[in-house]
Amino acid sequence: MAELRYVRALNQALSDAMAADPSVVVFGEDIAAAGGPFGVTRGLLEAYGADRVRDTPISEATIVGAAVGAAMTGLKPVVEIMFMDFVAIAMDAIVNQAAKARFMFGGQGSVPMVVRLPHGGGVSAGPQHSQCLEAWFAHIPGLKVVCPASVADAYGLMRAAIDDPDPVILVENKALYARKEDVPDDLPAVEIGKARIARPGRDATIVTYGAALYTALEAADTLAGEGVEVEVIDLRSLQPWDEAAVLESLSRTHRLVVAHEAVEAFGVGAEIAARMADIGFDELDGPIVRVGAPFMPVPFAKTLEQGYLPDAGRIADAVRKTLA
Amino acid sequence: MPSNNATSRSRAAKGSNKPEALLALYRQMLLIRRTEERLSQLFADGEVPGFIHLSIGQEAIATGLGAVLERRDTIASTHRGHGHALAKGVELNSFFQEVMGRETGVCKGRGGSMHVADMSAGMLGANGIVGAGMPIAVGSALAHQVRKTGGVAVVFFGDGALAEGVLHESLNLSALWELPALFVCENNGWSEFSPTSKQFVAPLAKLADAFGIPAETIDGNDVEIIADTAGRLISEIRKGGGPRVLECITQRVRGHYEGDAQKYRDPAELKDRDKIDPLPRAASRLSVLGVSDALLAALETEVMAEIDAATEAARAAPLPGFAAAQADVYTPAGA
Ligand SMILES: Cc1ncc(C[n+]2csc(CCOP(=O)(O)OP(=O)(O)O)c2C)c(N)n1
Ligand SMILES: [Mg+2]
Repeated sequence: MAELRYVRALNQALSDAMAADPSVVVFGEDIAAAGGPFGVTRGLLEAYGADRVRDTPISEATIVGAAVGAAMTGLKPVVEIMFMDFVAIAMDAIVNQAAKARFMFGGQGSVPMVVRLPHGGGVSAGPQHSQCLEAWFAHIPGLKVVCPASVADAYGLMRAAIDDPDPVILVENKALYARKEDVPDDLPAVEIGKARIARPGRDATIVTYGAALYTALEAADTLAGEGVEVEVIDLRSLQPWDEAAVLESLSRTHRLVVAHEAVEAFGVGAEIAARMADIGFDELDGPIVRVGAPFMPVPFAKTLEQGYLPDAGRIADAVRKTLA
Repeated sequence: MPSNNATSRSRAAKGSNKPEALLALYRQMLLIRRTEERLSQLFADGEVPGFIHLSIGQEAIATGLGAVLERRDTIASTHRGHGHALAKGVELNSFFQEVMGRETGVCKGRGGSMHVADMSAGMLGANGIVGAGMPIAVGSALAHQVRKTGGVAVVFFGDGALAEGVLHESLNLSALWELPALFVCENNGWSEFSPTSKQFVAPLAKLADAFGIPAETIDGNDVEIIADTAGRLISEIRKGGGPRVLECITQRVRGHYEGDAQKYRDPAELKDRDKIDPLPRAASRLSVLGVSDALLAALETEVMAEIDAATEAARAAPLPGFAAAQADVYTPAGA
């Protein structure tokens, strides 16, 4: 066991993948010489050389488009878009090229690439540097979307994403980079599409992912004080998501809350709620309640952002509502 | 190394007593021309679904490039990509079966005309998104460089794509990283229903120059000039010279897509077509080189027989099944 930060776990996973497979290359803005705006790629240039670790100009559409062409020609690129918000500029390469290639070309080959997208608020970064846009990608057939919350998963999902033959969107929450956890020395890869029970409970299920996991666990602590034992499920993968694990938990607790930092309307939670209302209808003893950000841009001022971000109080209220 | 058209010409002229090279180019152009004429007919008869963009009049470019590229080289193409696919070695039968939406098509009938791809031939795909092939070719060139394959990545794009931002990003990145990439602009003067003059102000060669990329603008309807120039540029690139730009001036003979009434276009634009058309031009050069009309007629018969056979095979081929397609969005586990 050793203490490891989330950012170091991502870094270690990149490094281990590059050591294991010479076709893994990493490129993006300021990721090589400077080690990345958040330090995720620190040391890779020195360890693996300028051929495989490259700083790019500020050309998001071409960074991701080039990843597609590189993946079609025998490399496994891992590219970074500095803030998830900037991916709007690179959507063609992700949505029309990477996601479609395997299917559209009759399964001739796959496009093994990873696009790393730091998301999330809480750091007063304002409307264009804070968004959680993962639902955009989960909506696109052909893409996989993962969002590690724990340090172990930061490592394990990065390894799995790089090993995956299909394009994977790896969403990292900026607020988690500094998070520390004790983890085993030999971290395993984590299977994409498998959720994890972060806290067992019998009275209600909260399904969540990313930094909202810790808000949900806080809510669960509060509720435990009221005699309510909440099960918290960390989805880890959003596309594909672990429908079976959620249904299994619901069939024990009979109450469901879905919580995330992203805007509530048309979000990941909407899909989970709709699906469980369908296949889990007989298990439900209360309404499925969603908790997400309100329908507005992420605001800048501290007081405004505090009002914006879903907090433990709102998640606990949602649980009380479904139990009422 | 020859550096202008005059030298290219003299090299081609050296083949005077050996017309084989030009004959092969002619045959490839003929195959593309007759294939697209057949597709035009099949489209009119309702046997080709969707919409198709024909490259009739522009075949010399795909052919000239195809003749100098190797299997290991990769290409990214456009919505007008039939010629590129065939010239890069996509097999005619599976091509027809794709465009006619059959299970046995090169892409199992999932993409059609605008998405023909054949990874085994280094054909990374036609593309329904204008300009999208450019960054894909940049990435493919990066892979050639990192993996030291010795290969070159070529992107074909129309003059309409000059206005897309990715052109500028891709020129910059390929120059910055000295990538083995060739940018081939097929300038046919039209971007859908608008003339290029109303779309873009900068000559491509000047643009390339701004990025320090050597560029040439050539007659895009002379297959020998194209093959010679492309051959020279590709060998410079292969030797590590970094990217090159090749602009080929050509003509779009048909509408933007089949069924386009072209009300926006003055028919006089095509009045000199016979003098410009790459096929009669190559044919008359072949007769100067001593190739008989009978031989050209025999080529015609041969090509038509291939196309007839491919058409019939496509008609008889099975339609794609839905379940198998739906199961193929992601790589199957264990594959
Ligand atoms: C991004 C994008 N914008 C617009 C279109 C619609 N469109 C298809 S082809 C075309 C014209 C392209 O002109 P050019 O690049 O010169 O190619 P050409 O058709 O002349 O071969 C347009 C506007 C598209 N397919 N993709
Ligand atoms: Mg054009």
